[in-house]
Amino acid sequence: MEQEVTLMKGNEAIAHAAVRYGVDGYFGYPITPQSEILETLEELMPWDTTGMVVLQAESEVAAINMVYGGAATGKACMTSSSSPGISLKQEGISYIAAGELPALIVNCMRGGPGLGTIQPSQADYFQATKGGGHGDYHLIVLAPASVQEMADFVGLGFDLAFKYRTPVMMLADGIVGQMMEKVVLPPFRPRLTDEEIAEQRPWAVTGRPATRRPNIMTTLELDPCLMEKHNLHLQETYDLIKANEVRYEEYYTDDCDYLIVAFGCVARICLKAVEEARAQGIKVGLLRPVTLWPFPAEAVGRLSSRVKGMLVAELNTGQMIEDVLLSLDERIPVHHFGRLGGIVMDPDEVLVALKEKFSL
Amino acid sequence: MTPQDIRRPENIVAAKPRLLNDNTMHYCPGCSHGVVHKLVAEVIEEMGAGHIAIGVAPVGCAVMAYNYLDIDWIEAAHGRAPAIATAVKRLNPSRLVFTYQGDGDLAAIGTAETIHAANRGENIAIIFINNGIYGMTGGQMAPTTLEGMVTATTPYGRRVELNGYPLNITDLATRLEGTCYVTRQSVHTAAAVRKTRKAIRQAFENSMNGLGTSIVEIVSTCSSGWKMTPVEANKWMEENMFEKYPLGELKNTVKK
Amino acid sequence: MKEEIIIAGFGGQGVLSMGKILAYAGLMGGLEVTWMPSYGPEQRGGTANVTVILSDARISSPVLNAYDTAVILNQQSLDKFEARLKPGGTLIYDPYSIHHAPKRTDISVIPVDAMEATFALGSSKTYNMVLLGSLIKVRPLVGIDAVMAGLKKALPERHHHLLPLNKDAILKGMELPRL
Repeated sequence: MEQEVTLMKGNEAIAHAAVRYGVDGYFGYPITPQSEILETLEELMPWDTTGMVVLQAESEVAAINMVYGGAATGKACMTSSSSPGISLKQEGISYIAAGELPALIVNCMRGGPGLGTIQPSQADYFQATKGGGHGDYHLIVLAPASVQEMADFVGLGFDLAFKYRTPVMMLADGIVGQMMEKVVLPPFRPRLTDEEIAEQRPWAVTGRPATRRPNIMTTLELDPCLMEKHNLHLQETYDLIKANEVRYEEYYTDDCDYLIVAFGCVARICLKAVEEARAQGIKVGLLRPVTLWPFPAEAVGRLSSRVKGMLVAELNTGQMIEDVLLSLDERIPVHHFGRLGGIVMDPDEVLVALKEKFSL
Repeated sequence: MTPQDIRRPENIVAAKPRLLNDNTMHYCPGCSHGVVHKLVAEVIEEMGAGHIAIGVAPVGCAVMAYNYLDIDWIEAAHGRAPAIATAVKRLNPSRLVFTYQGDGDLAAIGTAETIHAANRGENIAIIFINNGIYGMTGGQMAPTTLEGMVTATTPYGRRVELNGYPLNITDLATRLEGTCYVTRQSVHTAAAVRKTRKAIRQAFENSMNGLGTSIVEIVSTCSSGWKMTPVEANKWMEENMFEKYPLGELKNTVKK
Repeated sequence: MKEEIIIAGFGGQGVLSMGKILAYAGLMGGLEVTWMPSYGPEQRGGTANVTVILSDARISSPVLNAYDTAVILNQQSLDKFEARLKPGGTLIYDPYSIHHAPKRTDISVIPVDAMEATFALGSSKTYNMVLLGSLIKVRPLVGIDAVMAGLKKALPERHHHLLPLNKDAILKGMELPRL
């Protein structure tokens, strides 16, 4: 196995992992704090090795539509951006979801709203998990917490995208994008050939051989009965995803009296707070949703009947907490703790918040 | 001569190209789209490229172009066809990739995508239907609407002090180093149709030969939007549109 | 073993790259490592700091309240981070840019005249390597061989001719702390 252990930024790891996974096309536009993804890809020149296409588009809007076009031809395509740029991409993401096209979109979140700040944030949780663009659709949303996961979730993201024919979002943030950690890069895989694509992805727009009807990638359907049917079909896919693809991690939940729920890098900050709390004799556990959609509702429900209260820690004013509240089996107190606008909470603050909210 | 005799292959002087299917077109009487669809189908067939052709349809009247030409299609978001075609061609360089766009799609909401795809010299062909109006949404002002022209959103005529000048985006595209062939044609006479077919052929060949971006503007009528009979519309186009958008080859860097 | 380190100074002093080479050295030594910069406008001339965590177990939070070791290159950073050292921790600082010396007595305070040593070496760009030498002398978390291997990884190949110069700086730095 060509495994390579190295030190790199989360953004760089995404670029390396993309080349190694055999991604066919990356289309991006510079925005802090994720520009290293495009920069690293340009430096790697994968067009000379794997044949991967890398293009700096004229805008985020163009980039997501390039992904839509490339994905329609059965190719593995991705883009990345940060919050304001992801807002611009939403129309295209809605088309990709409507067209049941596999694609990977990375959002390296920064503080908003508006142009906001370039510092880390988790304020795009609603946007990522509730649709984001127009219409009834969902993305599979993966929240990496380490540089290793930034690399691993490229492959996982594309595997899920192709399995369910749905766009997948990697909802990262400025912390995991900018920090460096040890990472084991995945081995190189060859890109699919055009013949393999035609065989494995019969829906792909590849040019029509005499043996089949035209493949048409359109999201327009003027007949409301057919459009309703298409919506129901999408919902069936989402039900399957909800049944099969919920991912989460639990720490110290066997005996905990209180539970912290946090995702992404904040989960790691909270883990340190949990360990400090335990050192002080407070039995706290941590639930880290890895998939934000589908949300680990069952795990939250199960734990709600075992703990006295939950603290949802996020870098926003309270977004994931809504999903936590919807998932409770028992009506226990659930509090929110957040820092905003690019400020990152530290472990002590989390512990102080926990003690204050539950009068410990 | 019986009808059967007439239909014998040796007696046929003009036929519908095979790639153009039997679906009833939704276009209005007199609309140029039907003719241009037929030309695109003919050229693809002539080139034996039906199995490698990928069309990118716009938002506008031609949004359902994919219902009429039996090739593979992608329907784009409004204005994004050149971005989509960029990715399709780069990821599938052996394919014949073209966009089919109207003036609102190409020259208003999609100006950035048009200019940048052409400036990168993407090996795609752009078929640009310019009828100076938004047909699909009910006859509103387009970027190419002539000064003084009455539309649903310029009920007293387009006034440059309010709405700016008609945008001649094709002329603009000639200045881009990425374009190899830029031409403006029409389909209002049999001779013009023949010229347009030649232009489309040239554009498609250019893109297959990797020579850069080709743009074929087709100055067109919209009898519904213009509120004229098809015959009046043709006449009005000749008298008004051609002055602002004169026909002819605007740029050709390809050596014959 | 787990060591939580903050390196802080002015942008342009090589704070981030010093942290990077330390992290690389940890990686070479088989450790888990996290390198977490302050980034953005701060990079351009203002204060810059980087957190480096070296551990033989999985690292949780990259964001820390308290540190085992601090390498401090200017007054602002001293003012900010002195209080955030764990009792028993180590504070290494260069008196060259410090006007008010550290006051804490429950930590080891180690001044190193890195700037003067760098002037003596004649290459101002090796300032951070002098400090790195002092750090690994005071806190032998990684050996010089691992640091050199890390440096080789961190430096683009076109700069590999600078490796001996950097090694000299690190060795010089190792001589500075008065332990």
